[in-house]
Amino acid sequence: MSAADTHIPAKVPPPRQAPPPPPENRRPRGQRTPGGAAVPWLLLAPCLLILALVMGYPLARLVTLSFQKFGQSQLWGFQPAESVGFDNFAKVLGDGEFWAVVVRTIVFAGGAVVLTMVIGMALALLLQRVSGWVKMLINIVLVASWGMPVIVATTVFKWLFDTDYGVFNALLSKLPGIDMVGHNWFASGPEGLAVIMLLVVWGAVPFVVITLSAGLTQVPKELEEAARLDGAGSWGVFRYVTLPVLKPIIVMLTTLSVIWDMGVFPQVFVMRGGHPEPEFQVLNTYSYDRAFVVNDYAQGSAIALITVLLLLGVVAVYMRQMLKIGEVE
Amino acid sequence: MSALIGAAARQKSAGRQKSRLGWNLLGLLVFVTAGFPLYWMLNTAFKPAKDAIDADPSLLPTGITFDNFGRALDIADFWGPVGRSMVVSLTVVVIGMVVGLLAALAISRFAFRGRKIVIVGILAVQMVPLVAMIIPVFLLLNDLGQYDRLTGLIITYLTFILPFTVWTLRGFIVNIPKELEEAAMVDGCSRTGAFLRVVFPLLAPGMVATSVYGFIQAWNEYLYALMLLSQKNQTATVWLGNFTTKHGTEYAPMMAGATMMAVPIVALFLLVQRKMAAGLTAGAVKG
Repeated sequence: MSAADTHIPAKVPPPRQAPPPPPENRRPRGQRTPGGAAVPWLLLAPCLLILALVMGYPLARLVTLSFQKFGQSQLWGFQPAESVGFDNFAKVLGDGEFWAVVVRTIVFAGGAVVLTMVIGMALALLLQRVSGWVKMLINIVLVASWGMPVIVATTVFKWLFDTDYGVFNALLSKLPGIDMVGHNWFASGPEGLAVIMLLVVWGAVPFVVITLSAGLTQVPKELEEAARLDGAGSWGVFRYVTLPVLKPIIVMLTTLSVIWDMGVFPQVFVMRGGHPEPEFQVLNTYSYDRAFVVNDYAQGSAIALITVLLLLGVVAVYMRQMLKIGEVE
Repeated sequence: MSALIGAAARQKSAGRQKSRLGWNLLGLLVFVTAGFPLYWMLNTAFKPAKDAIDADPSLLPTGITFDNFGRALDIADFWGPVGRSMVVSLTVVVIGMVVGLLAALAISRFAFRGRKIVIVGILAVQMVPLVAMIIPVFLLLNDLGQYDRLTGLIITYLTFILPFTVWTLRGFIVNIPKELEEAAMVDGCSRTGAFLRVVFPLLAPGMVATSVYGFIQAWNEYLYALMLLSQKNQTATVWLGNFTTKHGTEYAPMMAGATMMAVPIVALFLLVQRKMAAGLTAGAVKG
């Protein structure tokens, strides 16, 4: 997923009493709407139905699948899928390669998130200080790279870092004392993943900058002035005035970035020509690899499920933040 | 006290004038760095293919040609995939908008029990990574006989378009004062009438922006398109993979292909992003 794929949900309404959905004949207390309690549910019905079909069912299937033996012969119906309990999980968790992939994914996503947030914040602050025309130029570039299809961006980066004809090697070699002619950035995992991280950060920064810029306009000027009069320097103002005001946005952007960067797939997949080497595997490509290359759909599902559970922790933080925003309103 | 603030402000603005040049230079550096990949795509797309294959490429354009575009169209069928992407994206957006608008109305204009659960549910759905779902979705479509069919792809795209549509439309709807509707109802409109005559026209720009945005998302999707369609039915994003073969990659036509894919999308994006960014961030910033 690229930054363009999702968005910041605006606000969550203040929590009301939230009992489970009532039977339609019971009219909830405090009901202000004419037309009865059935109307909203009727309006919601098509949406919930579709989501149950395209989301609920596959999710449930993901869970059952990860407890089954399911390979080629089950796919074509030669053999029934049989339940194997926690075997898939035991196999996955007992595999040293899996843990290497987990660590690699966390390091990759963590690095990308930190870079995205730091660069994003720096650019948002920079945009406040430059002249109008510079601001416009930067904004055009940011929006253009934000809107670039991920596949196109990946393809372009592949070309920039091409071993023989990539402009990046040529540019680096122009620096005194550096000879990068013919350097293969993808010969080693860490270097190649650094390039992919750069691609991810390049695509993710615009969204962060634009959101933080919107947030910065909300920081009360009087507060900044007051802090300055009290003797705070630029850093002090940023640390004690700007950051606290922006905190909810920062938490939200960080969470979304974690979700997106843990979910990196096309960037790695396409950059490695559809067959990422072991050194390049992250959780998503690894799960894909297990399912569709090794043809062990059950193990692939187990890995995907573990990834979802890992993300749930992050989502919990995000949800809390969204609900808090709702309460402030 | 106010004199003091005035002096401080004057001093600060004088300092600002001086340091602005430095900031501007830094800003231009950012512009050049961040824009370079885009520039290089365009530069390669329009330069003669033989100049692209140079270990020490010229940073400035070496002459403009459109040959790469012709070659890109030759290498693999372009309009087929584009047509299919068009069909898929438009269908997904139309279904998403109709169904999503109803749901958005329900959660933004009605107080009902279970509303919060629905909202949290719709938010949570967005958090499940698509890649995690690919295996069961693949098996499901396989069972339904929808593998390698555009309808199958359309159904699966609703997973991410629908929550997105509901959530953004909700954002636009809550910005329309409820009092307008109530006034219309006092004047004798029915609830539906009030919606159609008052809310709908105000909502139209938001709906356009949401549609365009959703269209772009569906258009850009790669993984499902790759997994759920065979080569003969591929969509535009997957089409771009045709330039890499066992014999190597034809980079100049590939950049021409990338340009053809990116320019219309980026242009659309530029048109609506301001509206979207405003709608999406309003609540977040207020908090």
